[in-house]
Amino acid sequence: MIAAPGSGHPGGSLSAVEVLAALYFRVLRHDPQNPEWPDRDRFILSKGHGCPVLYAAYAEAGYIDRALLSTLRKLGSPLQGHPDKRMLPILEASTGSLGQGLSIGVGVALAARMDKKDYHTFVMIGDGESQEGQVWEAAMFAGYHKLANLTCIVDNNKQQLDDWTHKIVDLEPLAEKWLAFGWNPIEIDGHDFNQVVPALEEGRAATKKPTVIIANTVKGKGVSFMENVIKWHGVAPKPDELEAALKELEAAAV
Amino acid sequence: MEASAALVSESSRRTMKATPTKLELKMGIATREAYGQALAELGRENPNIVALDADLAKSTFSATFGKEFPDRFYTVGIAEANMVSIAGGLALSGKIPFASSFAVFVTNKGYDQLRMSIAYPHVNAKFVGSHGGISIGEDGPSQQSVEDIALASALAGFVVLVPADEFATRALVREMAAYVGPVYMRTGRPKSPIIYGTEDKFPIGKAKVHGSGRDVAIVACGLEVAEALKAQAQLEEESIAARVIDAYTIKPLDDETMAQAARECGAIVTAEEHLLDGGLGSQVARSVARSHPVPIEFVGIRNTYAESGTPEQLMDKYGLTARHIVSAVKRVLERK
Repeated sequence: MIAAPGSGHPGGSLSAVEVLAALYFRVLRHDPQNPEWPDRDRFILSKGHGCPVLYAAYAEAGYIDRALLSTLRKLGSPLQGHPDKRMLPILEASTGSLGQGLSIGVGVALAARMDKKDYHTFVMIGDGESQEGQVWEAAMFAGYHKLANLTCIVDNNKQQLDDWTHKIVDLEPLAEKWLAFGWNPIEIDGHDFNQVVPALEEGRAATKKPTVIIANTVKGKGVSFMENVIKWHGVAPKPDELEAALKELEAAAV
Repeated sequence: MEASAALVSESSRRTMKATPTKLELKMGIATREAYGQALAELGRENPNIVALDADLAKSTFSATFGKEFPDRFYTVGIAEANMVSIAGGLALSGKIPFASSFAVFVTNKGYDQLRMSIAYPHVNAKFVGSHGGISIGEDGPSQQSVEDIALASALAGFVVLVPADEFATRALVREMAAYVGPVYMRTGRPKSPIIYGTEDKFPIGKAKVHGSGRDVAIVACGLEVAEALKAQAQLEEESIAARVIDAYTIKPLDDETMAQAARECGAIVTAEEHLLDGGLGSQVARSVARSHPVPIEFVGIRNTYAESGTPEQLMDKYGLTARHIVSAVKRVLERK
């Protein structure tokens, strides 16, 4: 999918696979036949560069035709390089400029509160994205207003474009930060379904405060030569690399 | 357009008849105050109207709405970026959010958010920046908004409005709510002279024409409309027939009215309480450059920030009064 256009972000897409799979196939209340269902749960991918994994989930769930996946990043495709609601209306938000998705999610959750609706809003942000000040403006607001109908998932893959996050501006202690902002932090292995699903379900069932799931993940997960290698943040695999990567992922799937 | 021009020229004649030499306009309330009243009124009719503010609700007058509809009003604290994106989320969920702050803060601090959370997905959210221009006075340049019109106009798909008085404001708040898409409106801090009445209509995309003078057209917005009307009265004394165009819609500009003014007058002066870069003057110049190029002189703030002072002192020092418009008219007539 990313190899075809020759550009994209494989690392941060692979780190989020299990969370997206758990959301779309176990946790979210949604109906691919009725994407505008007013009572659907919402999922906003704030780390918009990870959109290939979201598009894959849409295809797998039946929102979009699987054949579309090969049009990623190509002229006129609904699968834009970063999520674009104009081109793909089933998206809950357009994202790509980091830091804004949680605030948008706060607005969606506030609307639910005003309308007395029980849908839940999930937002996925990156750990590097958490260096944006706006994330903490949103966290402060949601914590203060006890927006229990909002869950934030931090794809804590510990890397950003330039380097390891701890070598740029370290975010630790991350759980303590969220706790101090009035959230219920749950720290999990973001690749273990037995931890991912219960954490998301706990977030969905919360009644007192918003939930943050710190999903400890590996950037490039599942492809040995991509795992934890900084350059795979935003580089597409070449044909031979693609073949090797798919072979590994297929072997793991069996 | 003909009808609205006739309507307004009638009202401007009415105001000028009493004092032909020096135009005295009755002082009304500030446009920001009219905004709060109009929003509250709208809130009574439409339960989907919600409001946000960033700790300036008493100054922007969004508090007027908040007092009446506490469940539909959130002040987000001093966090403009968060406010703008929250408005995006509310709009995505079917609400019609009106988010207010000082013009300088909502457009500058919330700019990337206005771009990605609002303009790019083209959501139905409204932004109202109070304390536009330098007429806020003593607070000084950090609070004076001199670039909000340029910034808002550079957001693809945005409508940009600058009402001149309380009646224009009330009408435009209704227009904003009825229009589906992103809108920015600038309001002002000081009381505004009354130019219009309840019968006046302000459709988005149009301008209001005062008078039918054929020597020069003065295109103005906001408080500068009153200054332009004063200039028009002074020029009449010198047998210079000016028409005043209130370009309350900066974007999309009323190209038809601008072209007609250029054709019939052959010279234009623009007047705005804004930097000359990217504001009303730039829009008018671009419009008539395509339709009917004529000489233009620009009244506005020239590549600088202002300072503390009374509004009157600042408007005079930075060249934004009727006297400055009159001089600009004389300059442009020499180039005709």
